[in-house]
Amino acid sequence: MIKIKNLKASIEDKAILKGINLEIPKGEIHVIMGRNGSGKSTLANVIAGNETCEVDGGSIAMNGNDITEMSIENRALQGLFLCFQYPVAIPGVSMAYFLRAALNAKNKHDGEEEMDAVQFLATAKKILSELGLDDSFLKRSINDGFSGGEKKKSEILQLLMLNPQLAVLDETDSGLDVDALRTVAKGVNEFKNDNNSVLIITHYQRLLEYIKPDVVHIMIDGKIVKSGDMTLVHEVEKNGYSWLVK
Amino acid sequence: MIDKNQQIIDSTLDQEYKYGFTTNIETTTFEPGLDEGVITKLSKLKKEPQWLLDWRLKAYESWKKMEEPTWAQVDYTPVDYQALSYYSAPKYKKNDSLDDVDPDIIETYNKLGISLNEQKRLEGVAVDAVFDSVSVATTFKKELAKHGVIFCSFSEAVIDHPELVKKYLGSVIPSTDNYFAALNSAVFSDGSFVYIPKNVRCPMELSTYFRINAANTGQFERTLIIADEGSHVSYLEGCTAPMRDENQLHAACVELVAHKDATIKYSTIQNWYAGDKEGKGGIYNFVTKRGICTGDRAKISWTQVETGSAVTWKYPSVIMQGDHSVGEFYSVAVTKNKQQADTGTKMIHIGKNTKSTIISKGISAGEGQNTYRGGVKILKNADNARNFSQCDSILIGNKCGAHTFPYIDVKNPTAKMEHEATTSSIGEDQLFYCNQRGINLDDAVSMIVNGFCKEVFAELPMEFAVEAKQLIEVTLENSVG
Repeated sequence: MIKIKNLKASIEDKAILKGINLEIPKGEIHVIMGRNGSGKSTLANVIAGNETCEVDGGSIAMNGNDITEMSIENRALQGLFLCFQYPVAIPGVSMAYFLRAALNAKNKHDGEEEMDAVQFLATAKKILSELGLDDSFLKRSINDGFSGGEKKKSEILQLLMLNPQLAVLDETDSGLDVDALRTVAKGVNEFKNDNNSVLIITHYQRLLEYIKPDVVHIMIDGKIVKSGDMTLVHEVEKNGYSWLVK
Repeated sequence: MIDKNQQIIDSTLDQEYKYGFTTNIETTTFEPGLDEGVITKLSKLKKEPQWLLDWRLKAYESWKKMEEPTWAQVDYTPVDYQALSYYSAPKYKKNDSLDDVDPDIIETYNKLGISLNEQKRLEGVAVDAVFDSVSVATTFKKELAKHGVIFCSFSEAVIDHPELVKKYLGSVIPSTDNYFAALNSAVFSDGSFVYIPKNVRCPMELSTYFRINAANTGQFERTLIIADEGSHVSYLEGCTAPMRDENQLHAACVELVAHKDATIKYSTIQNWYAGDKEGKGGIYNFVTKRGICTGDRAKISWTQVETGSAVTWKYPSVIMQGDHSVGEFYSVAVTKNKQQADTGTKMIHIGKNTKSTIISKGISAGEGQNTYRGGVKILKNADNARNFSQCDSILIGNKCGAHTFPYIDVKNPTAKMEHEATTSSIGEDQLFYCNQRGINLDDAVSMIVNGFCKEVFAELPMEFAVEAKQLIEVTLENSVG
């Protein structure tokens, strides 16, 4: 699904990613754990094509296509979705309007018919109720005055509506109470199937009580220093990251 | 990436103004220059009564003694008033049939999307079409007359309804009010006239479409709308002009009179030619618009979407004389390239329990300069007057500017005033968010800007809200990198 080779990136001339190698096959859930400042969120942003990060070397390929130089919206249209850590407010633009614009852009790209309003509402309402959100949520300005939990649920709503091939979850678990965390995890599990992939970026293990990853990577100072299975999570939980620093 | 963005910006700025064509028709045009003789000639040509000529000449006398105002936050080459022609009109005689209108003019309006053919026109909208200095056609006059509504060109009103014109002309904007109003009073050539009788709800939207065509000509139209007690009217105006290298002057006056329990809703979509990317050419839009709520519970609401003109100088205002009367001002002003806009409103509270609302949204792109200038005045006897003002600015790019000058003058201690102002940029983070969902840059910008303007667009009649939204989209296409 996605193959990252020796990826190097900097922000304002400060090197953040120092040679990332990562491959996530179709149907797998991978987790990247690491301390604050290790470069996890930068990796998520570089994958999505955020222009505030400068790519200094290496490559990112999705389904065999090099996307390193691709525009943000084209990556999205290829099936890449980023669950934002801090989703930004767009006052005056309703959730429904925004979601339809995104869906229409995707359908147009895929050469499919636009989703009609009736079908859109039916699909959206079903997902909203699963996320414990009221239908009126669609009328609200996107992320404007949303609580922390609502913001994250809004991201999951979009994930389920857009149904991408690769979802990158950037600290989606931060700032959530247990109930909201469960709801979000349920949404991710519902999204997941054999034909798509998930990359979870976190520094807690609590989300991993609900979502079972196939591979766990530990990131320290812009590099993946160790990969393994769930036992690695427990080791980090017990002993911290220090033992992994060479 | 930066280079690509620059290319996108450049390509927008090269974008053609859709309405910039010229119509070649035979015209009667005055030689350039302004003096008593020109004004007398104009007045005679229009077969005006002596009192109106006297009124014009008095205005001209005061104008000669006045100085062109310089307080606005705009910078432009001064107008040479002697180099302008003060009258230009297509050669033909106007009557009630469209058959006599030059087909080229009808075609011009068709190209602008305005059909003068009543059958083809949007249901429920009557149009007065003003071409350079004269009104060329007014639709649905007979239908409106059944309800007692008078909707005609100003010139016709002078002839057919002199008592109404004499009573109300200059009653809201005195001929000596300001430099451009005085000039307009001296030389105004045509415009629209509306009278809604007592307790009549005007059965359709009324609209005037102003078109400047002739070169080196000033357009000085005058609109007068009178809503008698308990009546209701919604009026819209639209404006376009050809692309020319010279600046052209448009100095209009609009007077609104709302009597007891009457409501006037006045909407403008202003899309005059804005000049090229170097700031060459474009319309100087120096307009005086004012309404008075003479009676209790009268209401005047201005909504404007200003996207055109090289320089805009415009402050639609409301004098709330009657108790419980209401004044509203909703504005979206867009400046791009080298456009400059200094616009806002004046809300003057005289009556008790009067209430005003100001919502102003300024959008600046390119090197555009956008100024909100608003005055709220609460007079001594205006007990419990209330004002809410909200002035938001959005900046696209880093070469543009937004300025806010609110003036508040409160003479009554019971007044309640609220003022909010924000300035923001279209954030990289907002664009990233939209792009990440597969929404391209242009769509993202128009979505963000439309969200920003939502409260104002909500005030426009529906078909015009759609038009305004599209206009903003076209105006701002490719304006962000």
